This record gives sequence, structure tokens and C-alpha cells, in this order.
Amino acid sequence: MSEQVRSTSRNGAEVATGTVPAGARSTVAVTVNGTHRSAEVESRRTLSDYLRHDLGLTGTHVGCEHGVCGACTVLLDGTPVRSCLVFAVTAAGHQVTTAEGLGQLDESGDPNSLSPVQRAFRDCHALQCGFCTPGFMTTITAGIAENPDPTRDEAVEMIAGNLCRCTGYQNIVDAVLRAAELAKDPAAPLTDRFTEHSDAAHSADQDADGAGA
Amino acid sequence: MVTRYFGTAVKRTEDLRLTTGHGRYTDDVGTGPDGEHALEVAYLRSPHAHARILDIDVTDALDVEGVVAIYTHEDLEGAAGEPLPVLIPHPGLHAARTGYALAKDTVRHVGESIVMVVAENRYLAEDAVNRIRVDYEFLAPVVGIEASRAAASTVHDDVPDNVAAHLVQERGDARAAVAGAPHTLEYDLSIERSASMPLEGKAVHAKWDADDASLRVYSSTQASTSVRAAIAAKLGLALGKVEVIAPDVGGGFGVKIVHPWPEEITVPMAAMRLGRPVKWTEDRREHFISAAHERGQEHHVRVGFDDEGRILGLDVTFWHDNGAYTPYGIICPIVTSTQLLGPYKPANYRVEFSSVYTNTVIVTPYRGAGRPQGVFVMERTMDRIAQYLGRDRTQVRSANFILPDEFPYDQGLIFQDGRPLIYDSGNYPDQLTMLKEMIGWDEFPALQQQARASGRLLGIGLGCYVEGTGPGPYEGAHVNVQTDGSVEVAIGLTSQGQGHQTVFAQIVADELGVDFDKIRVVTGDTRRFGYAVGTFASRAAVMSGSAVALAARKTKAKALRVAADVLECNPDDLEIESGLISMKGNPSTSIPLGQVAVLSNPLRYAFDEAAKAATQFAKPADPDKPPVAEGEEPGLEGKDYYSPPRSTFASGMHAAIVEIDADTSEIAIRKYCVVHDCGNLINPMIVEGQVHGGVAQGVGGALYEVMAYDESGQLQNASFMDFLMPYVTEVPRLELGHQMTPSPLNPLGIKGAGEAGVIPVAATIASAVEDAVGLRIDAMPLNPSKLFELRATATALTTNQVREGLTP
Amino acid sequence: MKPAPFTWHGPRTVDEAVAVLAEVGHEGKVLAGGQSLIPVLAMRLAEPAHLVDINAVAGLDRIVVDATGVTIGALVRHASLERDDAAAAAQPLLRQALRLVAHPTIRNRGTTVGSLAHADPSGEMTSVLTLLGGTITARSARGERTIPATEFFVGPLESALAADELAVSAHFPAASAGTGSAFVEVARRHGDYALCGVGAVATVDPAGAVTGLRCGYLSVSETPLTVDLTDAWNSGDDAAAATAAAARAAVDPLPDIHATAEYRRQLAGVLTVRAAEQAVAQAVQRVGTMGRDNESGHNEEDRSA
Ligand SMILES: Cc1cc2nc3c(=O)[nH]c(=O)nc-3n(C[C@H](O)[C@H](O)[C@H](O)COP(=O)(O)OP(=O)(O)OC[C@H]3O[C@@H](n4cnc5c(N)ncnc54)[C@H](O)[C@@H]3O)c2cc1C
Ligand code: FES
Ligand code: FES
Repeated sequence: MSEQVRSTSRNGAEVATGTVPAGARSTVAVTVNGTHRSAEVESRRTLSDYLRHDLGLTGTHVGCEHGVCGACTVLLDGTPVRSCLVFAVTAAGHQVTTAEGLGQLDESGDPNSLSPVQRAFRDCHALQCGFCTPGFMTTITAGIAENPDPTRDEAVEMIAGNLCRCTGYQNIVDAVLRAAELAKDPAAPLTDRFTEHSDAAHSADQDADGAGA
Repeated sequence: MVTRYFGTAVKRTEDLRLTTGHGRYTDDVGTGPDGEHALEVAYLRSPHAHARILDIDVTDALDVEGVVAIYTHEDLEGAAGEPLPVLIPHPGLHAARTGYALAKDTVRHVGESIVMVVAENRYLAEDAVNRIRVDYEFLAPVVGIEASRAAASTVHDDVPDNVAAHLVQERGDARAAVAGAPHTLEYDLSIERSASMPLEGKAVHAKWDADDASLRVYSSTQASTSVRAAIAAKLGLALGKVEVIAPDVGGGFGVKIVHPWPEEITVPMAAMRLGRPVKWTEDRREHFISAAHERGQEHHVRVGFDDEGRILGLDVTFWHDNGAYTPYGIICPIVTSTQLLGPYKPANYRVEFSSVYTNTVIVTPYRGAGRPQGVFVMERTMDRIAQYLGRDRTQVRSANFILPDEFPYDQGLIFQDGRPLIYDSGNYPDQLTMLKEMIGWDEFPALQQQARASGRLLGIGLGCYVEGTGPGPYEGAHVNVQTDGSVEVAIGLTSQGQGHQTVFAQIVADELGVDFDKIRVVTGDTRRFGYAVGTFASRAAVMSGSAVALAARKTKAKALRVAADVLECNPDDLEIESGLISMKGNPSTSIPLGQVAVLSNPLRYAFDEAAKAATQFAKPADPDKPPVAEGEEPGLEGKDYYSPPRSTFASGMHAAIVEIDADTSEIAIRKYCVVHDCGNLINPMIVEGQVHGGVAQGVGGALYEVMAYDESGQLQNASFMDFLMPYVTEVPRLELGHQMTPSPLNPLGIKGAGEAGVIPVAATIASAVEDAVGLRIDAMPLNPSKLFELRATATALTTNQVREGLTP
Repeated sequence: MKPAPFTWHGPRTVDEAVAVLAEVGHEGKVLAGGQSLIPVLAMRLAEPAHLVDINAVAGLDRIVVDATGVTIGALVRHASLERDDAAAAAQPLLRQALRLVAHPTIRNRGTTVGSLAHADPSGEMTSVLTLLGGTITARSARGERTIPATEFFVGPLESALAADELAVSAHFPAASAGTGSAFVEVARRHGDYALCGVGAVATVDPAGAVTGLRCGYLSVSETPLTVDLTDAWNSGDDAAAATAAAARAAVDPLPDIHATAEYRRQLAGVLTVRAAEQAVAQAVQRVGTMGRDNESGHNEEDRSA
């Protein structure tokens, strides 16, 4: 019951056309993180399910399946979109970037080998459970490409469409600013501007009370 | 011990995995072109709040191509078909009722699962669910506390008054004290339902190994060891044949502490019967209608006080909406009834509650677990007293504080852990001083007058709380030094984003004297650690943190023993730094920890360099002694448990400045300050993150989130479109102050921090809005529409003016 | 939460698309950005047998700005229109309203024509099209017709499009000389559908006197509502109060779980005055700059979005 979704070239982009009967599967090919990938899926398969279940790219998360939480945000031809609100078949022939595609640790495992946004998230403690994180990171990656110098207000606006239940967002806003800084200078030191917590909190009381062992 | 890591903002180990797409959440297991694809499950869930099931017809559903199996209650065998357990029985819970893994005869809330469909994928499973026909006989739904109390209809036939539990606790004679007090006030206060709402719903993945007759289950749970025990009991398996793993979990906040969820029984059952991996991933709508909610309570308060505002008698009666069943007992109302007291010491206190059934989703703890309601009651009371006496709100609180020299302070009640409610330590007056400074309490009235002159409505408010954290009974940890010098740490408790892999590694690094990056921590995997309680009640750092420290100390002691033996010295003369054991004052005499690990096992496989190197230290065995000395065990490892006498008490205070739009009644938080005391901090960055997240949930609970049931028991806002979790644009930027009074109860001097942020937010915002508009705020959450209505009827409330001249 | 099965059609041209629509009739639905349709499918609130996915149809992604106004094809995403400077110059209300439609990520995908076809009385652009007196052009195998906004919105989530029709474009008239506009709303959370929203178009004469004030509303009526408030605005001493009162009287909101009808009515009054003030100020400013810059924004442009 398999058919091929034809790919026609227009403006240099491959796009999907054809007909796929209900219940039938067709081969959907997408360039994901620069690699040509394909799988046989029903046309009702969402891009998020296609990425996660068919391609095994589980870095994209699904939190609501109705477009509100933003956990599933990927870059489609460089633009952030909700992958739960795009059918895989519609994305055939297009370029998709997922969390995996933002950066991977190099062989030495050096955290600095990650992308500015990934590094910034770690620097600023912008994630807790990590479930919302891929959606924020893809959104911010596109956001700082468009606006390399966001103000704090612009950073807020940039992430305003993504839900996080863990962090209270404060550190994610910091991470936007930190990412912008790292994008310009990968060696930029981490200043207090992004990490307002008090290291001084480690007080002398601890030893005085014999609690510190 | 050299504290290199404890107390510092070490960056998280977890993040490298989670930011690169390599987290592993339950739904990720077995995916991809090379994955072992699991069959997927969808449930037919009741569309009605209360109905008898007359007939279930699955014929059409079986025709859907790709459907593998369909189960109803009739298919559940043995214990699996019996009612789900009452996890926490209590003498006050006289009419505990639970549901079934699949509904038997009656459904008691929208969303209760009736039929389970297993298919090649979730799409097909849902296709089949849509083709199942169920005949129902409709029964009258009971929705809301008022209807439940009226008991014109009942949720359970055999509970005619709808009351599941009733409990009274009293210290002194509160009613007499109120009656005899110079001043008394009486009023009602209420809080609506909300929910934990983690971004990842629940999920269960089960795989049955038929040859080994064993089951491996991944579950997005806060209590993997308990899920394991529940599965073993319900499916008739030996505990040793069940392993449960909580992999990366996308948030919990309470809802994932329940065990077993029905799906944790039915999914493994299907995997066993079908001989293929089976998984269920809860979708968002399911999470709304079939997981758990919390917070819905109505309170009636009578308080008597003196001219200083000191409470002489406090008499609180409240009703807790526990939904359709009580699998998790009455933890929430017990917590409300005890933690209501906060940092105060009313001379006499009486609390009475009834926990009542309604035809709505069950209630289990949501971060804060009854405390936000209790704090709301107490803080509203403080504000009322202040207003009545014309005193500053902070003054009245100060007059009621427990003072620093009064610890340990016995509140004379029994806490949720069944132990006396005794506060271990704290300094509330200092906290208040800090908070007033940060928010600018004393300067505010001038600011407010000035704003008012230009038509702007500003208000300031505060809320104080005490949180019993780290309840027992126990947690354990296992520390195991590898021959390469790296350290494997396992705890039974699970993680949902609290950074356990990082903070527990910090503790081990300091206790054992190894570098942080040499330590790997595994959590919530019953293959690695079998006994644990779970992640809730802000107990991870206190309980597992302490256990980890104790296990590391045991390991260290053994390392020094073995090293002293080969270096021919006294263990006390040795120290460990960066994984090297050396003689104090003579660093040239040393042996790496990894080699000690080799030596600690008489069976020395020469697998690696460490093993070879260690042979130089090996002494010829004494032929007259057993190779493993009495009292010793092979391997360089240590396991220990921590079991505290009672909970430790964290505390904090929040203050907010809000602005109300005079025309639209929109509520904006202009400034938000938090002072908190959770004892010693293992990692301040992580603690602050917990507070940030908690406050955001608190803001949700104060101004945005409700569960809007209609009178027929339909949840009208079961989506993220209409259940309004705050985005970044709704959450204020916090200013945070730490106070540290270490707990004397545990080896690290820590108190829990996980829930603190959320607890006093509704109380604080209510206090600030009241101050801004001069109208009484008795119910939360609030929204602009409700505030508009309140202000529109303001004339009717003039007697309740909060401060002279401030009513707009 | 997975859609029911459907037959997927991926036409390459408008002709192919309308041919399929003619064939499948009421069984079919057009899929544009999917930002409203896919959630509905996922919740199985609709189970169309056929989806006609127009995302690969050539020629529908153009924004044409000329002297008459801004014409957008059915595949112009909200974000593309929002970013288009020429469109914003020709009709400032477009950008003013678009920035309030959902969040940027939704705007990246959702189409403006799709949101019109969806006919949601809570959608900003339905209200804008009505307020500006714009049109929708629909094509079917039977031919093409242009439908004025006033006839297009038939009821909540119900448009005048026949089952076999594809909305191929929408036309928003240009802002005429001496006009100014504004769009304001109150939503529970930033980016949510508004509890009430108001678009205003004000016209002033060269002396700065207001000669016209029209407001468009969302979320307070079953179909987009437009009200002429010129008289109220010019009614003398307490014109603002009169305008607010007129607005409150004109709207017919329904209560829901987020707000009472009374609250929405209050918002309609408050937001009308706020929008009107901004629109008048902009009009006055534009009149002031007219002499210097009267050619701006009126050159024909045709670019792919
Ligand atoms: C989280 C979220 C928040 C949102 N908030 C807002 C908001 O605040 N304001 C707002 O206005 N919108 C909002 N939207 C909706 C968004 O603007 C959609 O983009 C828009 O409503 C529909 O456009 P679409 O291209 O996505 O249409 P689709 O979803 O593809 O289609 C919508 C409907 O219109 C029909 N249709 C679409 N195009 C055509 C056509 N060319 N011819 C005939 N029929 C057609 C479809 O068959 C379908 O019935 C929100 C959406 C989400 C997911
Ligand atoms: S999963 Fe796509 S937006 Fe929530
Ligand atoms: S980190 Fe858990 S939802 Fe954002």
C-alpha cells in the first residue's frame, strides 16, 4: 500500500505533491540536521511523531499536541514552527533542524563544543527537567540569528510562546542574553549578570554546627 | 572534609545530555528505525461524570487493521481486577474508596478508563477507541464542595454523606479562647482547583522477557521502587522479577507520586500477555481528565485576638474536595490543617476538616500539597487582624512569631508523617526584616500615595510560611568505587529535573575526596537500588542527600582501612584528595583510590591497568585467615540509609507589589521578593531554580489556573489553550534572599527546598491586591474579570474597607 | 490526540486544488498553515475524509502592494505579512493587528487568509478585514468570485465559502490620506486569543478635526463587528465617556470561563477609547507629514513572501 510522494522542485526547494489514500503509507523524505532521512508513514503522521518515532530523533518533545506549549518546536527551513502542527508529508523535501542538530559534544566531551544556545542553557541553569528545553533552544537559535543583540525585553518576547513548568523562565531569559553573547564571542566569560545566585550562601554556620562533617 | 563542591553553583551534569537531544524519557524508549517498536495503547475513557456501564461493544473496534488486543475489566485477572490500593490509610479516613485499573460497573469521573486498546501505533489505537460503543445509565453527578456537602446525590452508594474523612486536631481550647477574646472575627476563604501539570504527561513502557519470566517497566514516575512493588503484587510476580526504571522524567510536581496509576498495571499486563513491548504515553487531554488535581478547599475561620493582634484562639473548619476516589489518602488536608500555623504560635488552635467526594478527577498532592491553602487562611487572617486593629500587617505577624530561642518548638499537633509537629530551627523575625528591606516595605506607603495621585493603583502584600520537609521514613544510597577510580552512586529516589545527578555527586565528591567529574549518579532505577520512598515533600536533598553522605562516609572508611593495611599505617593518618589516598604530611606515601578498590576484592582480575598496578601493593595472603575478613565484604563500596526522627522545617516569606489597571482590572506584578531558609545549600544555583519555578507555579495558582468544571462534571478547559499556565510574560522577575539556619536533624544541615516557592504566592498576591483596591479578597485565584466584578459592586463592601481613604 | 485517517492531496496548482475540492465536496478540507485545523483534527473534533494541502501550490505566497491596498495570497504566513514594510506602510493596521495574533512561532506557519477562512470571531484579522472593508477572492472549478468582508463572515467559525471553494487571496484596502489606525486588546496571557480586542481607524481633516472614527471588535460578537463612533467621539466635553458608552452598547459579548459578558463589555469601552486615541494621534501625525511624503507606500510592489 505504499506510494511515493512526488517531489517537485520549485525555487530550488523540493516540495511534496501527489495523493495518498487514507490509511496508506508513503515515503516521506526530509533533510534533518543536514542528513537525508526518510520513512514510510501515513499522511496523518505529524512531523513531531515522524521525527521521534520513525527517525528516532527523540530530542524533539511533545507536550500538548495542540500547538500551545512549544516543546515540539523545530526549525523548518530555518524558521521555528510547531512540529505537532505540521504533517510530515507537508514537510517532505524541506529542511528540518532539531535539538540534536544544534550541536553535539566533540570527542573530548568539551562542553564548549556545543552551540552558544546549548552552552548558555547550561551556564544559566535554564533547564530543570529538560522537557521544554528543545523547543526553547530551537526558538532562541533562530531568534538570535535574526536579532543578535536582544535586550532583556526582546529576550522575553523571543520565548513568549513556549511553556516551561519548571524554571519560572528567569534563567531562560538570562540564557537568551548569554547565548547572544557567546554567539559573538565563544570565549566570553560568564558574568554575574546571568547568574545572580549567591555563592556566598555557603556560610560559616555549617561548620560551626558541626553539620558539614 | 574539604568542601570543594558543597555549597557552590556547580553546573549540571544532566544538561550535557538534555541540551543535545540525548535525554531519555519514557516515550523515547525503543523508537527510531532500529528501535524495538512497542505496541501502543489508547484508552476509552468515560465521557460522563457519573454513570453505570450497561454494555460494552468492541466488535467494530476489532475490525480496525493494526489492533492487537482489547481489554475490559473482565479481562483483568486476580489482584489486577481488584480495587486499586489505598496507599496511605489513616484512622480519619473512614470511607476510603478507590477505582479499578479498568472501570468495573460504574464510572465516577469524566476520564476514568473503561477499555484498553493495544494497536500497532497510537493513531490506530485511537481509531479503534472511537469505534467502541458503551451503553450507560446516567447517574446524578456531584460537582463542587457545596453539592457534595448537600449530599442530594452521592458519589459512592455506600457513602451517603459523601464524606470520605473527618479529622479534628486541637491544642488547648480554641473555642473557649475565641469566645473570651477581646476581639473576634469570622469569615470564609476558598481556593480553587489546579494541578501539577508537568510538561511531560505520564508514560509507561513495559517489556516482558518470557524466557526469564521477568518484566522491565519504564515509567514516568516519582516513585519507581513503589511502582515496582505495586506491579509485582498486582500481576502476581516476585519482586525480583520486576524492574522499574524512572528514566528522565519531564516534571512531576506531585502527580507522578501516585502508584500504581491504572496504566502501570494494565500496560505491563498487556506486555506479558502479548509477548511484545507495550507502551502508553498520556496525551494532554488525558492528563487533564484522568491524572490528578489539587487545591480545591473551602474554609470557615473564627479567630480571637488581643489588642496587639496576638492570636488567642483560632478555630478553622474546612472542606477538602478529594474527587472521586482516595488512593492517596488525606495527606493534603492533613498538611493544610497543620502547616496552616506557619511561623506563628496561636495560644489555642482547633482545626476540623471533612474530605468529601465529588464526581471529578482524584486529588493527590501538587507541589505545596495543602500548604498554599493553609498559608492563605493564616495570612488572610493576619491581614484581617491588622486591618481591624489599624496596625501594620508586619507588626501583627511579628507579634505572633515563634522566636529564635523557642526552638525546637512543639506545635502540639500530629504532622502528615504521623510524628509530632516540632519545628527544628528558624529565625522568623530576621527573615521579616530582610524581606521588608528588599521590598521596601516602609517606603511603600509614600509610593502608593504618589501613584494614587496620578490614578495608579499600587498595592503591597506579604505571605509567610513554614514547610515541613524531608519526611521519612528513610532513603538509602549506594556508593561504589570502580577500579579505575571512578565512582558509581545509586539512589532509589527518582529525579524530575531537580539536578540530583549533580548535587549528589557534589556531596560524594567532598565526602570521599574525589573529583566531581569522576562520579556518576543513577537515580530511580530499581536494578541499582531497591529500597526507596520517593521524590515528594521536598525530601530528596534532605533524605537522599543525607543517605549519600552516610554511604560515602562508609566507603571512605573502608578505603582508608584497606589503604592503611597496605601502607602499614593507621587509617587516621590518611586522607583522600582528588582520588588519591596519602599519608597526612607525607604525600609521597600514597595509593590511588582505584587501586584500593582492586585490593578490596580478593578475587583480583587483571582486567585493567589499575588491577595490574595494584599487585605491587598486594600482600601475600595469610593461609590461616579467610580471604575476606570477618565483618568485611569484597569491593570498595558503601551502602547506608538515613532515617530521621521527624521532618525538618524550612521557612520563607514573600512580598509583592502589584498594580491594578483602574479601567481593565488587569493585575500586574511589579516587584516580587522572596526570602527563604532551607538550611545549608548544596548547590545555590539549583535551589534558586527551584524557587523560581515554584513562584511561577504560585503565580499560576494565584492569577491564572483553575479547573473549570461545569455542573455536569465536564472539565471545560482541558487544554493548554484554556488552562492558563503562565508564559514568561506572566511571571515576575524575582529578587531572592537566602537565610540559613542549618537543620540540627541531619548530617548536612539541610532542609528541603523543592516546594517552597509556590506556597505563599496566592496569599501574597491576595494581600497586595487587597491593599491596592481596598476590597477584601477572600477567594483565589483571582482574574481581571472577577476583580472587575468585585470592584463594580464595591459600594456593597464599604464596611470591609481595608484602610481608610484607600477605596478608589 | 491523533488525527483520524484522511486522504491527503498535494496539488501543485490552484487548478489542481479546486479540481480536487470539486471532486471531494463536503468531505474535504483545505489545509493551509494548519495552526487551527490540525489541533481540531488531533482532538478529533473534525474528521474530514480528504485534506487538500495547499502548501506546495505555486503562486499563492505573494504579497502585492499597490495604490488600492494590500493583496495577499492564500499561503502568505502571518509572519511574512507582519514583516512586510511596504504592506505596513500602505495599511498600518495590518502590522498593528498581526503582532497580536498568537505567538511568533504560530505566525510563522499560520496564514492570514487561513485565519479569515477559519472565520473565528476571536481572530484579529477577521476583525481587520471587516473594519477595512476588504474582500476575499475565492476560486472553484465553477469560477472565481470576490466576496466583501461584510458578507464573508456568516457566523462563528462559518464563512461564505462553499465546500468546493478555495480562498485564493484577500485584499485589504490601503489607508487613505488623513487616516490613522491602532489595534489594542486584552488577553489573559500575552499571545492568547483576546478577551476583547479593538481596531480603530480614524480620519482627520487637515486641521486635525476628527471626521471619521470606525472601530472593529473581536471576541464580543458572533461575527466581526464594526461600529461607526464618529458622532460619539465628537460629542463634546466627555467624548471619551460617550465613545466608551457607545461601544459598550454596540457589543454583544457572551460569558465564558475566562470572563463575564459584563467584563468584556467594559473592555470594549475602555479599549475603544485607547484605540481611538492612538488612531487619532497617528492620523494627526500622518496629516502633518502628508505634504512632505505623499507618495510613500503607494508604488506597486510584487514580491514573494
Ligand atoms: C496556540 C495558538 C494560538 C493562536 N492564537 C491566535 C490568536 O490570538 N489570534 C488569531 O487570530 N489566531 C490565533 N491562532 C490561529 C492562527 O492564527 C491560525 O494560523 C489561523 O487561525 C488559521 O490559519 P492557518 O493557515 O493555520 O489555517 P488552517 O489551520 O490550515 O485552516 C483553518 C481553517 O480554514 C480553512 N482554510 C484555510 N485556508 C483556506 C483557504 N485558502 N481556502 C479555504 N479554506 C481555507 C481550513 O480548511 C480550516 O477549516 C492561534 C493558533 C494557535 C495554535
Ligand atoms: S507539543 Fe507541539 S506545541 Fe505542544
Ligand atoms: S525544564 Fe521542565 S518544563 Fe521546562
